This record gives sequence, structure tokens and C-alpha cells, in this order.
Amino acid sequence: MSSRETVLARIRAALADVPSEETPADVPVPRAYRRSHTEPGQDTVALFAERVADYRATVTRTHPAELPEAIATALTHRQARRLALPDGFPSDLLPAGDWEWHPEPLGTEALDALDGTVTLAAVGIAVTGTIVLDTGPGQGRRALTLVPDYHLCVIHAGQIADDVPDALARLDPTRPLTFISGPSATSDIELNRVEGVHGPRTLDVIIVETT
Amino acid sequence: MTGQGVVWLGSPSFPEAAREALKDSQLRANLKRATGTIRDKRLAVASELDDWEALREAGAAIKKRTARHLDRYLVQLEESVTAAGGTVHWAADAGEANRIVAELVRATGEREVVKIKSMATQEIGLNEHLAEQGITAYETDLAELIVQLGDDRPSHILVPAIHKNRTEIRDLFTAEMGHWGQPAPDGLGDDPAELAEAARRHLRSKFLTAKVAVSGANFACADSGTVVIVESEGNGRMCLTLPETLITVMGIEKVVPTWSDLEVFLQLLPRSSTGERMNPYTSTWTGTTDGDGPSAFHLILLDNGRTDTLADEVGRQALACIRCSACLNVCPVFERTGGHAYGSVYPGPIGAVLTPQLVGVENAASLPFASTLCGACYDACPVKIDIPEVLAHLRAKVVESKGRTPEALAMKAAATVLDSPRLLGAAQKAASVGGRALARNGRIGRMPGPLAGWSDSRDTPAPPAESFRTWWRKNRETE
Ligand code: SF4
Repeated sequence: MSSRETVLARIRAALADVPSEETPADVPVPRAYRRSHTEPGQDTVALFAERVADYRATVTRTHPAELPEAIATALTHRQARRLALPDGFPSDLLPAGDWEWHPEPLGTEALDALDGTVTLAAVGIAVTGTIVLDTGPGQGRRALTLVPDYHLCVIHAGQIADDVPDALARLDPTRPLTFISGPSATSDIELNRVEGVHGPRTLDVIIVETT
Repeated sequence: MTGQGVVWLGSPSFPEAAREALKDSQLRANLKRATGTIRDKRLAVASELDDWEALREAGAAIKKRTARHLDRYLVQLEESVTAAGGTVHWAADAGEANRIVAELVRATGEREVVKIKSMATQEIGLNEHLAEQGITAYETDLAELIVQLGDDRPSHILVPAIHKNRTEIRDLFTAEMGHWGQPAPDGLGDDPAELAEAARRHLRSKFLTAKVAVSGANFACADSGTVVIVESEGNGRMCLTLPETLITVMGIEKVVPTWSDLEVFLQLLPRSSTGERMNPYTSTWTGTTDGDGPSAFHLILLDNGRTDTLADEVGRQALACIRCSACLNVCPVFERTGGHAYGSVYPGPIGAVLTPQLVGVENAASLPFASTLCGACYDACPVKIDIPEVLAHLRAKVVESKGRTPEALAMKAAATVLDSPRLLGAAQKAASVGGRALARNGRIGRMPGPLAGWSDSRDTPAPPAESFRTWWRKNRETE
């Protein structure tokens, strides 16, 4: 008997008390929990901004027309000059100035040598202050937002879901997903929070308001 | 116990190990501070959600549904993962899982793997097995790195190196990093940020060159085939995306029916575990993706005693555990003894119920007694595992298997663990809580818990009118 058959047979034997006609639907899952922990009429964009900032990420809010300028301001502030550019990032958002944009394909070593990366996002989650990337246009492969030490993420207000259930429903699980809630952090040494162990040490988020 | 891996180290038994641990006042101070801090954070973020109880109910019910139809969900998961380009393997025990991993690594021609913190691979003793095969496994989680460099064992599910302080870590890095790769910088200080930076540099070259990674899994969705890893540091993301081959070892109980069921667990887990609204990074992947991440993905479904646990109608609820560690941080026994005393990769209240079930109660007979049955673990558990009920049930099994009364064991455990005079006044009441749980089991008339055994032999103050659980909670809040 293969191990597959062995394990499945053991499971079936272990579940001798489960009636053979029982189906999963016969085991009720009460879903009385809230679909969202926001209040009706709450400003969820403001909530998202506040919750992201709680993780010591820097959050700025801007309008579409000012977006390239906001990107330039953030990059200047972080002294990030050599940047990975994900496939599909809109070229009209790139600020004019003395930046080096390194388009894909980039090897891991090349990525490691850069200062940071600028990406779009797929979904935001207001209640938890989370950004989700699904490697879609402008977001890059997963390595792009991981290897360089700085990540500047641009998210549109309309992409911000209220809470986790709403966000998962918007996402396609067949794509590789990365949920980001603040910069890389550890508390392994005497429970002191230290930012930037392996992932980016610095996360800046720009929220673009819908006008 | 090579066949069983290292889930249970056998000796010393809990009472002896606990007595040793209690002599270590530094350890107790570290633990008290750590568990207190995490406990407070957890309470704060859980209370932000006014439907916390409803989320726990849903989490428990999803786990129950999964357990009662586990065969079906595993087969569905296998189909989904295979359809998405992954390969699924089944391992009946630790030895088989280890063999499969070693063969997969050997097939790549590599001699090194990077690893994400994973209880399942600790449970089967994977690193040790790979070492015997000439393959070096590098732990990449900071705490696991500390444990590995120190040739030590983890003492907590969430913060495995909580028993080490910054000076010890500095000394360890200075002495050992050079043997594993990039040495620690000269004159390394003991500031946590400086230590984390040393770890970052030490591991960076490993991440950038590793061709094979090994991980565990927090969840796997049967319907979509999506596997989920929840972490903080980004070492998980490194291992999941940079290597060419990814090997995931997953206990069969980690499957959940659907992708949308994660909406419950992604709310419960971070809040219960680190006391955050969401952990810094959660990665999900489904099979392989062209041009992004590993080109080969292997999922190993591990039994290793889980089906025995499943066969026990009372004990099977322990398989619902999502390894948040909340029960450790509220446990008065764990707080005093630390994780090593449990002699298992699964410490604390969940370890006291899971370990004896995975290896057979006769092989870990003292663990079901490593508890006061105060119930704090049950209150804290995000998936509502009634740990006191399972403990009482397992105590009965110990009695059956050993054919001798547990009083002696119980006395030892109680005397060792409950050395705080402030706990004594509540002892009798607590014993009655335990007695209630036992009566429910109905197989033995009266079996005194450790506290009752303790109170029988000493002059105790009159019991308070409140239950130990209530008393303990109040006592906690005023500390
Ligand atoms: S038993 Fe419950 S509280 Fe303990 S680690 Fe598991 S899920 Fe968390």
C-alpha cells in the first residue's frame, strides 16, 4: 500500500464515529462574525492611513495630478536614487529628475545592489493596515519588493477594502500574493522590535485620492 | 526514538525538568516579562474586535468540519496543488518525510537548504536527518538562527529563543557565526538592532545563492491549492521566492476547506499570536508561477501520529491548533518552567495535550499533569480547543496505560510548579475545576489533580468563593 493509501485509510478508520452519510455541509460553520470592523459611514481611507502608520511606515496622501511629485519627494527624503522598475509601472508617474530606473529583468544580485523599488498595489485592507501585492502590472515579481532595502508603494483609494473578508474576496488566490503590514520586523531579541531584518527596512505608502 | 523524530525527547520527565527550570531565576524573569508583554498586546487587539467570540466560533467550526472530512479535503488539496504545477507527497511518519525531503534535495544536486521556521520539520528532526545525509540546513528566522548557532532547542512557539538574553546572543554570534558562513562583525555590541543587522548580513549571501528552500505551512486551502505562510521578518519571503525548488512539509491537519475560510484565520492568528492586527508579511502561493518564484514546488503531507490523535474523539480537537502560542503566554505553569521542561517541540498547554497524543500517552505520561487546569488556555485559544478537557481525558488514559495512580506524579508536578504562596489559596477551588472536567469524562470516579493532591497534604487556607480561573485573571490584571 502506498503511503497515500495508508494515511487515507488511517484517517477513515480514525473517523469511524463520523456517519458515512455526513457531508461537510452537515457540520455547520456559524458565520455570525462581522464582514467588516469599520463603522457605517467611516472614512476607511483615513483608517487605512492611520493603521499603516501604526506599523511605523510613512504614509502620505495625494491627488493624481500631484503623484509624480509625491514620489519624487519620498525618494529624495530616503536618498533612494537607483530604483527597480516593475513591468507595467505607468511611465507618466515617474518623476523627472536624477533617478536611475532599472527595468526588469533584474537578477537577484542586481536587485540587491539597488536602493529600492517603487510599485503599485492590488488591494489594501483598512482595518489591518495591510497592502496586498498580486504581481500584477506595476507590482513586479515578488523579489522586487523584497530584496532592496526600501519599498515605496502607491495605492489608490478605490483599492482599499474595508476588512479582511472583503479583501480576500477581491483577490485571485491562483496568483502569488504578498500581504505587507509595515516594514520587515522582528521581536526575537528580548521582545525588542527591530525593523528590517531581511525584508525592506523602510516602507513608504502613498495613497492616491480619487477625485 | 528515531522513527518518531524529536517531538518527544523522553527524559527527564516534566516534573524533574520543571524543578531544574525553576532554579533558573533569570529564565523566569525573562519569561514573565515576555509572556506578560505578549499577553497584554493580545488582549488589546482582540478586544478591538467586538465579534471576537463569533470569530472563534467560526474558526473552531471550520476546523471541526475539516477534521471530520479530512480525507476528502486532503484529496482535494492534492488535486488543486497538482493542477497548479506542484507535486504532492504523502508521509506516514517522520522517517518517511525525512527521506522524501533528502531525496528531493539530492535530486537537485545541492548540499545546502535554507529553512523557514517550522514546527513540523522540528517535530520530525529534519535538520538532524539532513546533516546525516551530508546536507546542511540553515535556519533563517532570527530566533531559530540563535537556537541553531547555540546547538540549543526552541523554548517557545512564537519566540523560540526567549530564554536567551542579548548578551548571550551577542556572545553566540561572535563565537559561532563564522562556522556557518559570514562571521559576526568585529566588536559586535549587544543592542538588538545591531544583533539583527549581524543576522541580516550573515544570512544575506545564503538567501541570494540558495537553490533549495524548506518550509512548513500555516494553512493550505483545499479548493484553490493555495499554501499560506505567516511571518514577520521577510526571511520567509526570501525562502519562498528566491530558490529554484521549494519543499513544504505540512501536517495533514493544516488544510482548510476554502480560500475564503482564511478570512477567519487571518483575523484570529496574528491577533492571538503576536498581538498585532496583522503580521508584517503573509505569503500565499498556488503551485508554481512562470517567471516568479521557485520552478518546482513539492508539498509533503505529514501524518506522524496525527491520525492516532484524530481517532480520539475527545483528543482530536487538539488538531485544530493554529500554533498561535496564546495558550503558552497565559499559562501559569509555562510562565514558571519555560518551554524546555516540556521536552517537546510543542511546549506549554498545547504541548501537554498534543505531544502525548502524537507519541502515545505511555511515552509522555507526565505531560498531561503539567497543568493546573485553570482554564486560562481555553479562554485564550482562538479556535476554542478545550485544553483542560483534553488534559483530564489524557490523565485518565495515563492511569489506564500505567496501571498506577497518578498521585505521585501529580504531587511532584504541583510541588515543583506551584511554589508561589499567592497561588495556594486558590488551590482547592482549582482542584474542583479539574474535578469537574474529570467527571465529564466519566471513566474514573475521583482523580485528584495536582492541586488537590497538593492541598490534601498541606494546611490550606479556605478556598476563595471565585474559581481559580476568575482569580487568576484578576490576579493577572493587577500585576
Ligand atoms: S492551542 Fe489554541 S491557543 Fe494554543 S497555540 Fe494552539 S491555537 Fe493557539
